[in-house]
Amino acid sequence: MGENIDLKLMDEEGRRIDGRKFDELRPIKIEANVLKRADGSAYLEWGGNKILAAVYGPREAHPRHLQDPTKARVQCRYNMAAFSVMDRKRPGPDRRSVEISKILSEALEYVIFTEQFPRTTIDIFIEILQAEAGTRCSGLTAASVALADAGIPMRDLIVSCAFGKIAGKVVLDLRKEEDNFGEADVPLAIVPRTEEIVLLQMDGHLTTNEFQEGLSMAMKACKNIYGLQREALRKRYSTVIDKNEEKEKKEEKKEKEEVVQ
Amino acid sequence: MSDEVISEINRNFIYQLTEKGKRIDNRAPNEYRPIRVEKSVVETAEGSARVYLGNTVVLVGVKIGLGEPFPDTPQKGVLTTNAELVPMASPTFESGPPREGSIELARVVDRGIRESGTLDLEKLCLEEGEKVWVVFIDIHVLDYDGNLFDASALGALAALTNTTVPASRFELGEDFKLPIMHYPIACTTIKVENSLLVDPSLEEEKVACARLTVTTDENGDIRAMQKGLGGSFTLEQIKNIVTSSQELAKVNRKYVLD
Amino acid sequence: MDNVEKTADSSNGNKLERELVIPGDHLSEEDLKSGMGTYSDSGRIYASRLGVKNIRAGYINVVPLGGRYIPRPGDYVIGSIIDIGPSNWLVDINAPYPAPLHVNEVPWRVEFGDTARFLKVGDTILVKIQNVDEIKRVHVTMNDHDLRRLSGGLITEISHSKVPRVIGKGGSMITLIKRYTKCRMFVGQNGRIWIDGDAKDIMIAVETIERIEAEAQVMGLTDAIKAFLEEHYSLDARVS
Repeated sequence: MGENIDLKLMDEEGRRIDGRKFDELRPIKIEANVLKRADGSAYLEWGGNKILAAVYGPREAHPRHLQDPTKARVQCRYNMAAFSVMDRKRPGPDRRSVEISKILSEALEYVIFTEQFPRTTIDIFIEILQAEAGTRCSGLTAASVALADAGIPMRDLIVSCAFGKIAGKVVLDLRKEEDNFGEADVPLAIVPRTEEIVLLQMDGHLTTNEFQEGLSMAMKACKNIYGLQREALRKRYSTVIDKNEEKEKKEEKKEKEEVVQ
Repeated sequence: MSDEVISEINRNFIYQLTEKGKRIDNRAPNEYRPIRVEKSVVETAEGSARVYLGNTVVLVGVKIGLGEPFPDTPQKGVLTTNAELVPMASPTFESGPPREGSIELARVVDRGIRESGTLDLEKLCLEEGEKVWVVFIDIHVLDYDGNLFDASALGALAALTNTTVPASRFELGEDFKLPIMHYPIACTTIKVENSLLVDPSLEEEKVACARLTVTTDENGDIRAMQKGLGGSFTLEQIKNIVTSSQELAKVNRKYVLD
Repeated sequence: MDNVEKTADSSNGNKLERELVIPGDHLSEEDLKSGMGTYSDSGRIYASRLGVKNIRAGYINVVPLGGRYIPRPGDYVIGSIIDIGPSNWLVDINAPYPAPLHVNEVPWRVEFGDTARFLKVGDTILVKIQNVDEIKRVHVTMNDHDLRRLSGGLITEISHSKVPRVIGKGGSMITLIKRYTKCRMFVGQNGRIWIDGDAKDIMIAVETIERIEAEAQVMGLTDAIKAFLEEHYSLDARVS
């Protein structure tokens, strides 16, 4: 980060290499309940990221000494597929994925009513199938949809997105080149209803003002992404309900007609 | 936990059905579940395919890199196959280093491709004994409802058929398609009591006593085999399985070719 | 068997207000108490689960659309034996926790260490949830009317949240399936269903249940299922 190279990250009109404005997100698509075996799941595309999240549990923790008699353990496993990056990644956990798994687990734990399921684990698996910067934010956003899909009791969903600094300007949602050659990257995650921050990392160089500017920009973006998460769950589950309502209305109408006759 | 123990009731029911030539999901003994193959699904991979076999979902990515050839084949490119049974796919899959299940899966898929000469590995040599293209096949199991062998083998072949060697990225000339010579298709049959069932679902796998995977090429020739599980087959059964595998491979090959 | 149908049915009595809610959704401004699937924060009530909003007897609830079965005392469930100890069996009841079944809770006289002679790993039993303690340890019993080891037939599994639909109002749906398929059936609150009869009829019953599960929220489901069964059996009649 911070290296000077010949890549122009922003043009004179403030447009970024993919044509986005400084406060514009990459396209995001979310789908809930996409796997059969898992208790809950979600698929998410965010720019060049393609991510699957699945939830199993609550289920009895094994081995026994991992059981907490007061609450469920929230265990998130972030994993990159070997083919998810340009230079093939060796399969299996590395230091980076272990750290990411830890902070994502902690962020998710905050919204889950873990005390309802003592001695269990709630396992969240995030598979990065295709990566293009911002995988932890995308993964966390998908994971919270998968948790809701699994029927896990929780305070709220969690929404995540990053801001950063490129070409001396604070921008939202870095893509790969911006992440590699920009001046700062700040992934964060919030509880949308209360605006509490449950994940925050930063590397690079920012002034206090830039940090605050970025924070409010990311907050606003998170609210928009939250809308997409809700939409994904609604789309999956409300079709059945809407069908009912239509039928109910029809039936009511029929009843009325019968009364008239 | 309930996944490891199948209830005696369901075991007996499956036995009872197979005696009448029936299956728990209404399929015929030699009938596959619906198959769907999607190609080029991962842009970071040089080739990729997602295979749906009933409810089983497998994603295969092919990456191409540079490396040294093996000393005994200095003029050939290198092929390696790896499988990850990621814990997302089943409550019984665990995180951690590959276990015997995923290693067997990777090796069976690998043999089908290697022994059939699917790839013209000599065309992947850059400097004899020094520099060759390395083809990595990575199998990512996403949803496990039985018969990973056939789904993975189908996915691997489909991914290879749409793989482009990114030579220009390494400044080694123009990109080119992987040279595909053959189209091997794996067909797995299990034995339940004395009946033979192809493409077992998870529930059927749990009551199987023996399993045989037969990989055949477009000429119907046998290119790889793997017998698994604690039971046995009679000679007659093996012959029948080979014949039906050749027939079924013909049908399933179409999913890769189009 | 009747017991199960009654318990499950009572939760289906009131008409649902079919509004889908997502965890964190604010549920109501009215003066209601926080019920199942909800939580309150600073005097306001929010959904804690994905489900359908439901107001009853001064409580606001969220009826979940999925999630794992959580045992409640008095529930009748179908369990499978997964381990055996000298004085108890461990029963998987499709819940987060397996439940021990003590030798005192079975209708047989079992000497210490003689458990395996009565129930083996892989056996399926009908049990009642006896109690659930504060750290969610679940105890089950077979000492009640009609509880027994099951044999023959087939076990199928659906989401426990769809159990009321499979049973239907006043047991109407399950009665319908039984009448057409002539199968014996038992629906456990944990989503496991035992079906026994002719293999062909069992398969039709399973298909019917799958259909109910897929369309559980649709109104007029009983009629649709009736038509489905009618079609199956009249077709069969014509063929034979």
